[in-house]
Amino acid sequence: MEPAELLAAYERMTVIRRTEKAAHDLFLQGLVKGTTHLAAGHEAIAVGASAALRPDDYVFATYRGHHHALARGATPEECLAELMSRATGLCGAKGGSMHLTKASTGMLGSYAIVGSHLPMAAGAAWSARLRGTDQIAVAFFGDGATNIGAFHEALNLAAVWKLPVLFVCENNLYMEYTPIADVTAVPRPAADRAPAYGIPGEVVDGNDVLAVEEAVARFAARARAGDGPALLEALTYRHFGHSRSDPATYRPAEEVERWLKHDPLDLARGRLVEMGVSEAVIGEADDRATSLVQKAVEAAKAAPAPDPDEALTGVWTDGGAAWRT
Amino acid sequence: MADVISYREAVAEGIAREMRRDPSVVCLGEDIGAAGGVFKTTVGLFKEFGPERVWDTPISEQAIVGAAMGAAMTGMRPVAEIMFSDFLACCWDYLANEIPKVRYMTGGQVTVPLVVRTANGGGLGFGAQHSQATENWALTVPGLKIAAPATPADVIGMMAAAIRSDDPVVFFEHKALLAAKGAPAPPDHVVELGRAAVVREGADVTLVALASMVPLALKAADLLSGEGIEAEVIDLRCLVPLDMSTVLASLGRTSRLVTVEENPYQGGWGATVVSVVADEGFGLLDAPVRRVAGECVPLPFADALEERVIPTVDKVVTAVRTLTAY
Repeated sequence: MEPAELLAAYERMTVIRRTEKAAHDLFLQGLVKGTTHLAAGHEAIAVGASAALRPDDYVFATYRGHHHALARGATPEECLAELMSRATGLCGAKGGSMHLTKASTGMLGSYAIVGSHLPMAAGAAWSARLRGTDQIAVAFFGDGATNIGAFHEALNLAAVWKLPVLFVCENNLYMEYTPIADVTAVPRPAADRAPAYGIPGEVVDGNDVLAVEEAVARFAARARAGDGPALLEALTYRHFGHSRSDPATYRPAEEVERWLKHDPLDLARGRLVEMGVSEAVIGEADDRATSLVQKAVEAAKAAPAPDPDEALTGVWTDGGAAWRT
Repeated sequence: MADVISYREAVAEGIAREMRRDPSVVCLGEDIGAAGGVFKTTVGLFKEFGPERVWDTPISEQAIVGAAMGAAMTGMRPVAEIMFSDFLACCWDYLANEIPKVRYMTGGQVTVPLVVRTANGGGLGFGAQHSQATENWALTVPGLKIAAPATPADVIGMMAAAIRSDDPVVFFEHKALLAAKGAPAPPDHVVELGRAAVVREGADVTLVALASMVPLALKAADLLSGEGIEAEVIDLRCLVPLDMSTVLASLGRTSRLVTVEENPYQGGWGATVVSVVADEGFGLLDAPVRRVAGECVPLPFADALEERVIPTVDKVVTAVRTLTAY
């Protein structure tokens, strides 16, 4: 990445971090109901990958998908409005935190059944090939998904047909509350499985936006060239617990400290300084991010609740929900 | 055009017609390619359309339906085969959680125009894991349309409607009907989903049936006719959309209702039909309603045992007699 690109990536990561903090605070204020699965700490994966993808590529994410929606063009305002059950939310407040979707920018959804979206990404890649485009599909998933049947079915299907799909595992070391190492037979839950499907598997520092961008760009080019899928395992760490009800007290203090010192924003900032970008310029990016998210919070708070009758629309493509004639 | 066509030939014909008119229609499933499908319901498709559009998959039901969903979300109209309807349970996440909800929970951003075809039902002695009538499973899920044709012409016409539907459709092909023959479908034959057919007129009792229960109900009606009881037989064709107006109109003529369904009584679609009648058509009734349905047991293997637990002509005749004597 050139300095200007890295600065833009840094600013986007900062927007995500601020938005996640806002979601956390709004939840504590009782303005976000249900739950949230925050991705603070994972920003470099979403932003690094997005920097390597084309706007017409497809992305599928998980219930921990705020960062992917934001990296793929959703605004903090429409995301926070969705979390706050406002009519202006990304999905009209029918989706919520776990289902942020912005199809117009290729963000084809966040799926809350672990691992379910990996076959969908394979299908989107198949579709791209059938239609003669050179789009690719990317499935982002957590380490826990690597033990789901759909993971293995999708990898085999994608590999046997050399589909242009990239599987990106965000390994944050915990499958919900349980260390992934305690419940998985191999040390690298994603990358170690790649040889079983005859596809490349690679581990990357998921907190280093440059490393993620480089790996995704390389595998994306390979997929576009018709050489099939790859499995990228990006090591990262959650700053919050699994969900809002989880204080994450099961994590050893020294582990938390070590990872917090390896913060993706700090890493990117250090790289910017190395490239000669001034602290003042970086500070301006911080200020823009802060201001954007502040305005988003205010706008979302001011937005109206959805019309209750909207609950009975949109099941079918005729706009309605009628099941009988 | 041939004078008659079999139900199994109609499946392949119905798919082929849509694949010819729309290049976005593609098929995927186990053994559907050169093998022509284990039920020979995709014979000829692989030869005509090639391996890109007729994709032989591994035994991976989650991947088949999940990939079909991803393809449908991105511009294709996939027709996925799940070999036996019992196996829908292997990909139930997609049918219960993913496909029917994604349009709604994305605020209408994403639609899923796909068809999941599957061979449904018993009567052939395939044992408990290859014989279930599972259409009632799908009926519990908001967001799925459910088609279950009873004749070859309807297979073709409803296949056209299902594939052209912008909403997801689960298409139940009944195993016991595959060898049945019937009139061929004219060119461009489309049977709108959610339109039941009155397949026999009668003034004494309404029999509401689906798929293989339609010819069974017609046989029962013939027997009853010999006793002076004229049954009106309705082929529902679809469970969603459910054509209750045709059922209620028929009850206006007959005032008696029997549902004939293969799935187990508890949770079966007949319960939905009779509950709507109770809500909206109670005044039309001159007798209690009766449901002839499967027993609440896994489907047994031996013919004598299987017949004991799924509807038969005799069971329908008996049910109707009790109502007309009421």
